[in-house]
Amino acid sequence: MKLDSMYQDVILDHYKHPHGRGLRTGDAEVHHVNPTCGDEITLRVRLSGETIEDVSYEGQGCSISQASASVLNDLLVGKELAEARRIQETFLELMQSKGKVEPDDEMEEVLEDAVAFAGVSKYPARVKCALLSWMAWKDATAQALSEGKTA
Amino acid sequence: MTILPGLLDTEAIRKDFPILDRTVHDGKRIVYLDSAATSQKPRQVLDALNTYYERHNANVHRGVYTIAEEATALYEGARDKVAAFVNAPSRDEVIFTKNASESLNLVANMLGWADEPYRVDHDTEIVITEMEHHSNIVPWQLLSQRTGAKLKWFGLTDDGRLDLSNIEEIITEKTKVVSFVLVSNIMGTINPVEAIVRRAQEVGALVVIDASQAAPHMVLDVQALQADFVAFTGHKMCGPTGIGVLWGRQELLEDLPPFLGGGEMIETVSMHSSTYAPAPHKFEAGTPPIAQAVGLGAAVDYLSAIGMENIARHEHAITEYAVRRLQEVPDLRIIGPTTAEDRGATISFTLGDIHPHDVGQVLDEQGIAVRVGHHCARPVCLRYGIPATTRASFYLYSTPGEVDALVEGLEHVRNFFG
Repeated sequence: MKLDSMYQDVILDHYKHPHGRGLRTGDAEVHHVNPTCGDEITLRVRLSGETIEDVSYEGQGCSISQASASVLNDLLVGKELAEARRIQETFLELMQSKGKVEPDDEMEEVLEDAVAFAGVSKYPARVKCALLSWMAWKDATAQALSEGKTA
Repeated sequence: MTILPGLLDTEAIRKDFPILDRTVHDGKRIVYLDSAATSQKPRQVLDALNTYYERHNANVHRGVYTIAEEATALYEGARDKVAAFVNAPSRDEVIFTKNASESLNLVANMLGWADEPYRVDHDTEIVITEMEHHSNIVPWQLLSQRTGAKLKWFGLTDDGRLDLSNIEEIITEKTKVVSFVLVSNIMGTINPVEAIVRRAQEVGALVVIDASQAAPHMVLDVQALQADFVAFTGHKMCGPTGIGVLWGRQELLEDLPPFLGGGEMIETVSMHSSTYAPAPHKFEAGTPPIAQAVGLGAAVDYLSAIGMENIARHEHAITEYAVRRLQEVPDLRIIGPTTAEDRGATISFTLGDIHPHDVGQVLDEQGIAVRVGHHCARPVCLRYGIPATTRASFYLYSTPGEVDALVEGLEHVRNFFG
């Protein structure tokens, strides 16, 4: 079933039992929406130098968008910014692949649970759901860094 | 097979719509429940488009050669058909636009540039409702921002109706224009036109009606409505995309200024100034959507041959059946009226805490096409405290069997996410 390729068990698990959900203190906060479907996320980033201390979030939306935020929290908290950017870029590449990229070992090592979203990339209407929290993280991180510089 | 009183012969009708034979996802026959977004097109409309392009294509109102005359006659003939369809007193009151959004924007802009007594300015008020499609909100917000006019609106009751309890405070002596939807595109609610029009007339306000979800489904009589402007779109009523209609009262169309300038809308042009053609051409700058108008004319013929009363009766029967069956689904909450009374065949709902996007995806796997999201009516979602809904909408080709397929599909959705 094609449906199972989108709704992998890993995704449904993250959706039902999200990791790191809830807003905690952060250096920057952003609110992103997906205007076509009404998915929303509020996301905060807390940095300590180059290390991501926390990514906290609150939102509402479909299983894909919510599971993606949970996976993001798993993957990025505790990472150095450079590595986090590499993960974000790899995830973006996978999601924009229209189902044509078969994740190899190297990609799986970088993305861990996030490779489960490979099937979502076949559904153009849902790619934005998967990317919502990742775009929010990128935006929040940029804000946290620019505020850090001016402070 | 479920037989309901008032149903049309859908077996015959469905033969006119080639797309309804389509299969998706390994041979599943498509169950198209998104006619409120756009209707499917009968062969008769597709043929009209083809014949136009194959035999008569030329620009209108220009050439003196044979096919140019034919193209003009077909385009203007479509105007006659639409005028008769909505019982317009005059064919010159029917303006072709590209869609209902353009029709509504056209009215808002006419009023923004108008002289007294129609002028909307900082001392005046505009009234809409919380139930509007974004196309009947944003043009008025823009007009309000540009002119300083105050934007007011009617709220909603818990059961998906307009709250008119404060009508005298909402529509006042300062109100210049009241613009509201006849049938809600998200909840299916049919609004009480008469009460609103009566109050608007008392204070001398113009009345604009968004009939996008009404024109395809019921008898639309612009004289009976007593409105000043009525907007609707072709693609929701079996016509092609790219063609909309604005009906307006003749004296208003004479008095109000044009919005878009260009070819076709003029009488004489010099380098210093121009005079304008009479309505409707005054409001149709540039080459119009000719084939699309011809297609809309064919759609009007098609619907009229079946009969709008018969279509309304069919949809009422389907709606009664659908609201009953849907309420049998555990955790399903209808957003809007929960009976078929004063409501059209557009039904929005939530299903427990399963997000509509997920509902729509699992339904699609079974060949069922529904709309998910806020349906360009986000204020309604905010009003009822929900991020989005799943919406099933029915039309003249919809069957009770498709309602059953939806209900079974929703059971599958519940199991999938259960």
